[in-house]
Amino acid sequence: MSDPRELYQQVILEHNKKPRNFGKLEACSHHADGQNPLCGDEIELTLLVQAGLVQDLKFQGHGCAISQASSSLMTTAVKGKPVAEAELMIEQFREMIRGTLDPAKDANILGKLSLFRGVKDLPSRVKCAVLPWVTLHAALKGEETASTE
Amino acid sequence: MQTTTPLDIAKIREDFPILARPYKDRRLVYLDSAVSGLMPRSVNERIAYYQAFEHTNVHRGVSQLSQEATDRFEEAREKVRSFLNAPSIKQIIWTRGTTESINLVAQTYGRQHVHAGDEILLSAMEHHSNLVPWQLLAEERGAKLRVIPMNDAGELLLDNLEELITVRTRILGVTQVSNVLGTINPVKEIIARAHSKGVPVLVDGAQAVPHMVVDVQDLDADFYVFSGHKLMGPTGIGVLYGKKEHLDAMPPWQGGGSMILSVSWEKTTFIGPPGKFEAGTPPIAQAIGLGAAIDYVRGLGLDLIAAHGHELLDYATARVQQIPGLRVIGEAKAKASVLSFVLEGVHPHDVGTILDYEGIVVRAGHHCAQPVMKRLNIPATTRASFACFNDRDDVDALVEGILKVKEIFG
Repeated sequence: MSDPRELYQQVILEHNKKPRNFGKLEACSHHADGQNPLCGDEIELTLLVQAGLVQDLKFQGHGCAISQASSSLMTTAVKGKPVAEAELMIEQFREMIRGTLDPAKDANILGKLSLFRGVKDLPSRVKCAVLPWVTLHAALKGEETASTE
Repeated sequence: MQTTTPLDIAKIREDFPILARPYKDRRLVYLDSAVSGLMPRSVNERIAYYQAFEHTNVHRGVSQLSQEATDRFEEAREKVRSFLNAPSIKQIIWTRGTTESINLVAQTYGRQHVHAGDEILLSAMEHHSNLVPWQLLAEERGAKLRVIPMNDAGELLLDNLEELITVRTRILGVTQVSNVLGTINPVKEIIARAHSKGVPVLVDGAQAVPHMVVDVQDLDADFYVFSGHKLMGPTGIGVLYGKKEHLDAMPPWQGGGSMILSVSWEKTTFIGPPGKFEAGTPPIAQAIGLGAAIDYVRGLGLDLIAAHGHELLDYATARVQQIPGLRVIGEAKAKASVLSFVLEGVHPHDVGTILDYEGIVVRAGHHCAQPVMKRLNIPATTRASFACFNDRDDVDALVEGILKVKEIFG
């Protein structure tokens, strides 16, 4: 990538500016704090899981545009979906960032999340994009904390 | 405003091979010397020559080769002594860097003097390297850390220093130049006031030595530490200077070869400083490389380097302050050539990433100074730092880059 706009696409910038599902669920069944110790990004994720569905989820915290937009887009992608589907998304998102899944060629359920594929060329920013997904994974497993380290 | 610097920057730039490499298909704009200095060719060549033709272990053996390596290694120590105006080479101890130097003091002098209920006084703008080693010691000993506060401009508030120094204060640690804010602290005055209450002072000189002439005797510092790589030398080498009476009274730190007088199963006796603190084979090539780096900066003239840095800092500060939404972090009256800033609505990591696309290398983050960030109520900053090879074109590129960030983020 030679143009920063390939990374900082409009949708990412827009979600950074106006994050969806920002805040904290008062009544939640799952909760996890995620940290990226190297850069100090932090997110707190609260979920309401009922009958095998992610009925609702919210995030709050601070960080760069990549981590904020990734968090926001993750919440919109996962909300209302079965837990099994959320877990598949976690796996596929990580594979895309690692470069082992090409969303243009390989079968996937990532949809809009494929916007983040450019991050694989920026090793220093991989953790920013992955932070909410690592945190979601921890929350679904019943762990209270997650770290990208 | 015309440039008045007498340094020939175009010629200096030729001394740095890395500046000629293509970076993102552009001119590399390196504004990150506060994280690590670039290495001039002469340093690189000196290290390569040593490795190729002079190397064996030092302070060992009867061979001429061993003697030559030892001589080159000890000549580098003399260069550091002269650079700091220390009284004796016996007061110059090689370490891996600033961090190791501070850990050495904390674990030897600190363990001797800091006990339950005692206090360690640090400034609010310390880097983690001058905080965590003391915190570990305080936890081990049941001692307390106390903090000299600073104002929003990034200047230490020293009016009440004598009240912060209590009968329990065992040591005061302060940075001479803040890595985040660029503030030059009045360490000579701080040392005099601490001494009047009987408290020794460790000065973290990591960010100071690239920017100013340092005289440890004039400062009357008890300990002075710095890293080689911030002074355009290699990584893996650093310096601890200490007053003779402290070094003589301190116990060894690590044990091993090179630091002993005699060893038996019953008892080991140790040589005096600096050997007492240098167990094992030292970083020989790195020490010689640091000596060459000192030759390089002294060859240019530290006062000229400082004047050039100030000129660039003033120019850069004036230019970036014209950018709407940009706020300079660190507005002390006395500053070294370090420029931290935040941009409204854009996280510093995004600023740093976009600048990198433009071939501009800066630091973005908490700068290993999280308490400083907390004090100023910001998560991070973007920091540009200027060295002898930077020019106004670099500053102009930075300004263009920041404008591009603003354009992308709308």
